[in-house]
Amino acid sequence: MVNWVAIIPLAIFLIIIFLIGIYASKFVQSSQSFMDEYFLGGRSFGGFVLAMTMAATYGSASSFIGGPGTAYTQGLGWVLLAMSQVVTGYFVLMILGKKFAIVTRKYKTLTLVDFLKVRYNSSVVVILSAISIIVFLFSAMSAQWIGGARLIESLTGISYTAALFIFAVSVLIYVTIGGFRAVALTDVVQGTVMLFGTLILLIATIKAGGGISNIIQDLHAENPNLISPFGAEGTLTPTYVSSFWILVGVGVVALPQIAVRAMSYKDSKSMHRAIIIGTIVVGFIMLNMHLIGVFARPILPGIEIGDKVMPLIALETMPAWLAGVVLAAPMAAIMSTVNALLILVSSTIIKDVYINYIRPDAPHQTIKRMSIGVTAILGVIVFIMALDPPDLIIWLNLFAFGGLEAAFIWPVVLGLYWRNGNKYGAIASIITGVGLYSLSDLLPTLLPKYSDVFQSFFNPFGMHAVVMPVVASFFVYVIVSLSTKKKIPTELKPNF
Amino acid sequence: MQNKKHNVNKVANREALIGVGLVIFNFVWWYGFAYGLGSKDPEEYKYIVGLPDWFFYSCVIGLIVMIVLVIVVIKVFFVEIPFDDEEGEEK
Repeated sequence: MVNWVAIIPLAIFLIIIFLIGIYASKFVQSSQSFMDEYFLGGRSFGGFVLAMTMAATYGSASSFIGGPGTAYTQGLGWVLLAMSQVVTGYFVLMILGKKFAIVTRKYKTLTLVDFLKVRYNSSVVVILSAISIIVFLFSAMSAQWIGGARLIESLTGISYTAALFIFAVSVLIYVTIGGFRAVALTDVVQGTVMLFGTLILLIATIKAGGGISNIIQDLHAENPNLISPFGAEGTLTPTYVSSFWILVGVGVVALPQIAVRAMSYKDSKSMHRAIIIGTIVVGFIMLNMHLIGVFARPILPGIEIGDKVMPLIALETMPAWLAGVVLAAPMAAIMSTVNALLILVSSTIIKDVYINYIRPDAPHQTIKRMSIGVTAILGVIVFIMALDPPDLIIWLNLFAFGGLEAAFIWPVVLGLYWRNGNKYGAIASIITGVGLYSLSDLLPTLLPKYSDVFQSFFNPFGMHAVVMPVVASFFVYVIVSLSTKKKIPTELKPNF
Repeated sequence: MQNKKHNVNKVANREALIGVGLVIFNFVWWYGFAYGLGSKDPEEYKYIVGLPDWFFYSCVIGLIVMIVLVIVVIKVFFVEIPFDDEEGEEK
């Protein structure tokens, strides 16, 4: 059955997003430097826009660790885990910081790969990183696309294919015509919806459950572990939970879709404001969103599918029209990830592959037509994949974030702050990071007999599988850079 | 020119170190309260505004403390520097 009352707020939300896309496309049309505008919004963003676009892009990273649905099953222990994401609010901008802003301006770099190219002067680094970005983020994008369509389907009652079509067309149009500026400005709307949507829903849930004390006592009566930091079955060990500080906390600095935002701001002042606003916004979205999941449990026991917790609790605790407004929040989260990934993959193909290796002398008009064309074609391919998703995509998506972090964290961070880091170190570090991270899943599946051995190797002390590759690739980067130090003449070392 | 570049680097390096320091502090606070108070038997938890004390201090107060710290650090230690040091090259 089609649920009209919930459709209207969603439709209004989509119309606002469209209008922003059209507004942003004016900048693209009139810009002197097309690529700078289309892929980076002309580096003109102030503090508020910067904070919101970063928060909206992180906010959705959490949907891959299950978000409110897992909090519903695991209890407060999962909220504790989710709070490790507060770090991203200040850490990314502080670490990449002013140095990244200055270097990327000086060399007019538009993408993370561009920066690596300038820093390491190596086509192997460029090709390896471009491939990792295209493969991992393409899969992540398809998976988010599927999530967006399922949400529309469950909320409005229209079929999966029709929902996917609506979702894909709306994202595609504004990203294609408006470029990065449209993405960032719609992120402001989406971030705001996420912040207030989760806040309203949290309050409604607390009211429906008869107050916080009552809810906590109900949880305690059902299973005391739900209010402990260890998860419903006592399986969330301190080392496991702490290792998420790398996966969804400090490691986020190496995600290309996040790093590119650290090039897009206007001046120091915008950066300072963005750090403050970003910490507040990320912190409250994470706390609210996951608490909703936990608090929903005594009110609506027995939900089997985690993704349904948010829609069901919203429809249970508030009038249908308000639920429609609030449920624009998870949709906003998905859209803001998809749009970030779409523009990023497109910029990787155009800037890092096409202009670097295929046609360095391409005229302005060709680049413009290519950029818009590639963005549109990518969207169509993702749409087709999402209609009937291949298993490989699902698998790659699970790996996208950890894989990219393991690949890029040291080449980016040490590349910025350590003069002696060089291309050999970077290549070795990327291969080690991605290789070990993929093996950590592949080997136990292929050779189940030795899974205990692999377990203690890839997940020491029960840590998440991202930790070992990140640590290993650090040592590889440092050792290889030091042992090949003489191969790089001093004048080729970075002077920033 | 050289002197200016040197200064910019110094500012940038110091601010990155501050970021690392904040993360360490944040982690210690989060971990200390969560597992320090939360490792008891759930029957012995104390409650503050309805929430178990470990959660209240680690996640709720922890978030507020971090927001205040970030604001203070930005206002006191972060320096505003111009990003385009080579003028005339910009189109």
